[in-house]
Amino acid sequence: MQKVSLFIPCFVDQLVPEVGIDTVRVLRRAGCDVDFPEAQTCCGQPAFNTGYWDEAREVAERFLRVFRSAEAVVCPSGSCTTMVRNFYPELLKGTKAGEEAGSLGKRVFEFSEFIVKVLGIADVGASFPHRVTFHDACHGLRELGLKDEPRALLRSVRDIQLVEMPCSEECCGFGGTFAVKFGMISAAMGDTKAGNAEASGAEYLTSIDPSCLLHIDGILRRRHSPVRAIHLASILAQTAEASEPAHTMAEARKTE
Amino acid sequence: MSTAAREFLLAASNSATLTPRETIRRSIEHYEAAAQRGRSRFLDWEGARRKCSEIKWEALNHLDKYLLEFEQRVKARGGHVFWAETAEDARRYVADLAMQRGVKTVVKSKSMVAEEIHLTPALEKQGMRVFETDLGEFIVQLRDEPPYHIVTPAMHLTRADIAKLFTEKLADFMTPDATVKDDPAQLVAAARRALRRAFVSAEMGITGANFLVADCGMVAITTNEGNDRLGTALPRVHVAIAGIEKVVPRLENLGTLWPVLATAGTGQQITCYNTLIGGPRAANEVDGPEEFHVVLLDNGRSELLADPEQREVLQCIRCGACLNACPVFRTVGGHAYGTTYSGPIGSVLTPHLRGLNEFQHLSYASSLCGACTSVCPVKIDLHHHLLQNRRNAVHSADRPWLERAAFKLWRWNMMGSHRFATAGWLGRNALSVLYALGLGGSALDPLRPWTKYRAAPAIPKKSFRASWRKRGAD
Repeated sequence: MQKVSLFIPCFVDQLVPEVGIDTVRVLRRAGCDVDFPEAQTCCGQPAFNTGYWDEAREVAERFLRVFRSAEAVVCPSGSCTTMVRNFYPELLKGTKAGEEAGSLGKRVFEFSEFIVKVLGIADVGASFPHRVTFHDACHGLRELGLKDEPRALLRSVRDIQLVEMPCSEECCGFGGTFAVKFGMISAAMGDTKAGNAEASGAEYLTSIDPSCLLHIDGILRRRHSPVRAIHLASILAQTAEASEPAHTMAEARKTE
Repeated sequence: MSTAAREFLLAASNSATLTPRETIRRSIEHYEAAAQRGRSRFLDWEGARRKCSEIKWEALNHLDKYLLEFEQRVKARGGHVFWAETAEDARRYVADLAMQRGVKTVVKSKSMVAEEIHLTPALEKQGMRVFETDLGEFIVQLRDEPPYHIVTPAMHLTRADIAKLFTEKLADFMTPDATVKDDPAQLVAAARRALRRAFVSAEMGITGANFLVADCGMVAITTNEGNDRLGTALPRVHVAIAGIEKVVPRLENLGTLWPVLATAGTGQQITCYNTLIGGPRAANEVDGPEEFHVVLLDNGRSELLADPEQREVLQCIRCGACLNACPVFRTVGGHAYGTTYSGPIGSVLTPHLRGLNEFQHLSYASSLCGACTSVCPVKIDLHHHLLQNRRNAVHSADRPWLERAAFKLWRWNMMGSHRFATAGWLGRNALSVLYALGLGGSALDPLRPWTKYRAAPAIPKKSFRASWRKRGAD
């Protein structure tokens, strides 16, 4: 059985826990033994992207300690995966942790990448009878080179109707602290993305990055769009026997 | 916040709503289709990018050798080479030269370096008339605006805008009985009539340079309108201005650089006019200028060259591909930047040329999507340089004290999972109360910078880790 250590981004833990919950469901259904190292917090990307590399470095070194013994680390975010795999080596260059970062970088995987490339499956037994369009989140696409993996998973979902929207590779405007420092630009970019999603006729816009999805979701609801944002894991978690509707980004999970 | 940053924010918030974003988008869509076709004509576009990157990298790493070689060959043909350390040095050299030669009219072909050093206003202050002869530049000059884009300066204007402008400003040159006022052929004819007079009377022609070729000592100029040829053939004096990073080692390098520049810039296989000029008119030649001057501009480039991390930024061939690819540029437009070089390359370069403190905001005004890096024909890692600029800003520029404090607190919070979980619990509960009171998006909402533009997120009762602890998250 493939052992998996979950890396749940800090904001997913606090703001959209259902993305983590659906990630666990899908990985278990795919036959993984899933663990969540509770000492984890954040990968350090917010500080790194804003230029606070000293602060980011400490948090990154802590992250490396938490996941030191993990066989495979799986993360439902292309961006946070990019931070560990692509940016840690630069951030930690010349330090002892730099080598460790290189080694962990080979063992950390984005969720869809892990299922398709490591587990070697595309069909995870999901069913989602809706019209869905996929947004190529920037870090997943351009830093990790993931274009076909999420689509392969989506194509294997029963009864799904996958449609491409115009400019699916164009940034949605999230961009970390950019989204609040330059809110007006970020929102205008988000509106362009929302317009493209609507033009595709999709009911759902999905992606592999919950940060982009949180932003797109806020934009879609602000403009009273019929399109809803949903994480890929939440689509894959839905089976034909599911008793409750899929978790979109707009709904907090009401677990008690 | 610097003055430039405040102006950028204001312009960005206006342009996000006011600029003809549709006009820009349509124009860029045309470009993208053409560039796509252009790239597919290469047997190996990636290989061509690599080759161009290598050529420029080689030149940059031996800039001293190639620039001296270039200078020596230009001088051997009777040309002059002036090394300008600052923009002021370059302006003064050209203005003094024009004064000494009794120049009254100057024809300029498109040059971003001339924009960078604000050459035209300097010459106009001496009483000279300066005509932009590139059609796009001519249009924005009539509007008294800087170029909107480094390759397509009037991309923000529609045919109707230009017709209106010409009717006002070029009434004498318009065909009086034209029935269709915004017929492109008629508009171009009017511009041509207006410019022909300037070409014939000009005593000085000013051009930029796309490349300086070291082994033959020639300036390579690329245009689509041939205005550079007329502008260097008719006037008595030709001045070419170029950044020192424009030098390339060998003539044969143009075999790769020219088609790649054309494809990345406009999607053309090759630009219409590619001119090589190596000196003034020789004894056996019938045309060309009596004097040929090359101004080599440093203006901060040497310092960038000394930075091993970002030196490669000087590889830029000013094709404009990164501007077209940039979703921020598409949204705010070229004028909002308030800099000579806009878009991703401008955001990377301007802090080096004009000061990090004043222009750090441009490195933050990016979602770091990386579209720029993926199209750059000389493979500059643009969005990573933006990250490095941000790091440099935190180290040596003014950042808001609140931001500095916030990241100290953030670090403390992230260094312990219990702290993190507790802070999260407190934050979520506070937000839930606030939102239950209907204060979401109000001035009291701590997520206001987020919720001002977006519907507020639903706040979950439980974190993921709490669900995990209770029953393995299932």
